[in-house]
Amino acid sequence: MKNSGYYSQFGGAFIPEILVPTFDELESAYLEARDDEAFWQEYLELMSTYSCRATPITLLDNLTEQLGGANIYVKREDLNHTGAHKANNVMGQGLLTKRMKKTRVIAETGAGQHGVATATMAAKFGFDCTIYMGAHDVQRQRPNVFWMEQMGATVVAVKEGSQTLKDAINEAFRDWVTNMDDTHYVLGTACGPHPFPEMVSWFQSIIGTEAREQMLERTGKLPSRVYACVGGGSNAMGIFSGFMDDNDVELVGVEAGGRGRGSGQHAARLAYDDASVGVAQGYKTFFLQDHDGQMQDTHSVSAGLDYVGVSPILSHLHETKQVRFEAATDDAVVEAMQRTVRYEGLIPALESSHAFAQAYKEAPMMSSDDNILINMSGRADKDIFTVADAVHDPKWKDFIIEKADAYRREMNNG
Amino acid sequence: MAKQETKLELSIRAAREKKDILLMTHIVLGYPSFDDSLRVVEDMVKAGVDLMELQIPFSEPMADGPVILKANAEALKAGATVDQSFEMAEKMAKEFDIPFLFMTYYNILFCQGVTSFVERCKSIGMQGCIVPDLPPAEGQDYLDAMHAAELAPIHIFTPNTPEQRMRFLSDNSSGFIYSVARKGVTGKDTAFSSELETYLAQCRNNTGLPLAVGFGVKSPEDINFLRGKADIAVVGSETIRVMEEKGVAAVKPFIETLVA
Repeated sequence: MKNSGYYSQFGGAFIPEILVPTFDELESAYLEARDDEAFWQEYLELMSTYSCRATPITLLDNLTEQLGGANIYVKREDLNHTGAHKANNVMGQGLLTKRMKKTRVIAETGAGQHGVATATMAAKFGFDCTIYMGAHDVQRQRPNVFWMEQMGATVVAVKEGSQTLKDAINEAFRDWVTNMDDTHYVLGTACGPHPFPEMVSWFQSIIGTEAREQMLERTGKLPSRVYACVGGGSNAMGIFSGFMDDNDVELVGVEAGGRGRGSGQHAARLAYDDASVGVAQGYKTFFLQDHDGQMQDTHSVSAGLDYVGVSPILSHLHETKQVRFEAATDDAVVEAMQRTVRYEGLIPALESSHAFAQAYKEAPMMSSDDNILINMSGRADKDIFTVADAVHDPKWKDFIIEKADAYRREMNNG
Repeated sequence: MAKQETKLELSIRAAREKKDILLMTHIVLGYPSFDDSLRVVEDMVKAGVDLMELQIPFSEPMADGPVILKANAEALKAGATVDQSFEMAEKMAKEFDIPFLFMTYYNILFCQGVTSFVERCKSIGMQGCIVPDLPPAEGQDYLDAMHAAELAPIHIFTPNTPEQRMRFLSDNSSGFIYSVARKGVTGKDTAFSSELETYLAQCRNNTGLPLAVGFGVKSPEDINFLRGKADIAVVGSETIRVMEEKGVAAVKPFIETLVA
């Protein structure tokens, strides 16, 4: 074990002794892959033939006109196979799993997007697959559970703790400390012990590399601001990495404001003042924790942002002020999503809608010479139940009641 | 580096003069209540336990299995704090004449301030700490503070640990080495086999410190197996399981069957 993977004071590898050789092996495999140009070529080839890379950028002309101010561009990660940026990381780690000659993958999932992406990769590469998902999230994200199971994955509903993402991560680690010999843990975000934050950011950097070129080609200049939602932080790290050296581009990370500042019901680790530095889940970063260091319950309308910690790299960029952090409330998020659906026909996931909400708030105050870029990290098909509840759609409710009645009749007759 | 022998190591060696294997047990402070914790410790000491690990509950006990995981969660739900854990541990260390250790996760130390946590351990009479998510490479502050306080930082050997790493861990430890009998989390079954025997011999060859063996140790047969191969048998989840299934009063007779 090397004492590496620090970004100023954040990061590290606080891992149980049993996993030390496993992390050594993973770090070596990752560093070898990084040095091997053929690996990245294989990755690009896979992403352009199995997923939909390069994903395009789209100008929201209706909303640009409606809001006045900056021209709003969107990077379309929703067009990846499985509908989110998660595929970028998962396919990369899948190639690495093959290199390490492991035959089984495990993953945690919050919104279910990472679980679906991992199950997809496992089906394609022929790995056994187990997905850990908080029981609360299994309830929220049934459609994703359905697809994971169809793809042959075992989905374990985690009933410990707050039954959300952090608890799923703990359970995945408990599996890994038993089965590390044949199993790779496909951690879904730029968090956890080194080398995960760096490795996941590397795979996701494909977003930023493409987006920078596309903006230059399309508009002849760099965007003034780039917006990304931040749960663990992988889509943000992905798009930001393309603009990290561009001093004139302001990077804006948008966290889950839940019920707002001071409500105690949110997942804003950097934008609000409630979090403090701690060490959990194998790394050091800002956590929403109490005075003793016990993790607190978080809240967000979006399962994927509902997490106590945040990428150590983003904590570092927060301290150096290279990224500005804001939070969008549940209400603002649902409104931004509806607006995007109604006027542009795009369907951003609730997670991604946090970035849209903040961009819509700021765009009118900018000039029409400014271009802004939003990372649409995923699409909202999975959110249909949550969104239907949020907008109180009566026809949807009737449909569900009728469907339930039909199933009940079927069961009674069977 | 010539290492001092801590008080913990000396008392383990002295106890081993009289017994061929020592028994260490594990409880989660504040589960099901602090009063119960005190009563269980009293019963365990009376039943002949030689040393004890007191776990300060943490919300994310990554290395623990279902039994201890639940005990952590329940203790916190009942409102257990780090201050209360220290107060209770102080009471136990004063009242009972066996060595007590803290087991907890690093965030508990980090949020208290590592040095002040260690000084506080010293002041209440604790003799060592086990912090399973703090490898030496991340824990220099902790190791320095423990060394200065003459307390024992205890590290873990596993069946995956290469011999060179065992020696490195041993160099950074005092008191004893905690060797886990198998992969996985606490509280699952272990096969007490010739394979385990080979591994324990390897552990022994790579440390001069006393050797404790835990994970899946739960019966007199398991302890018999460890006699001559280890200095300390660690019974963790099983005592908590006994307490849950049969009540606090059942712990003493259970321990007595182990040390008989």
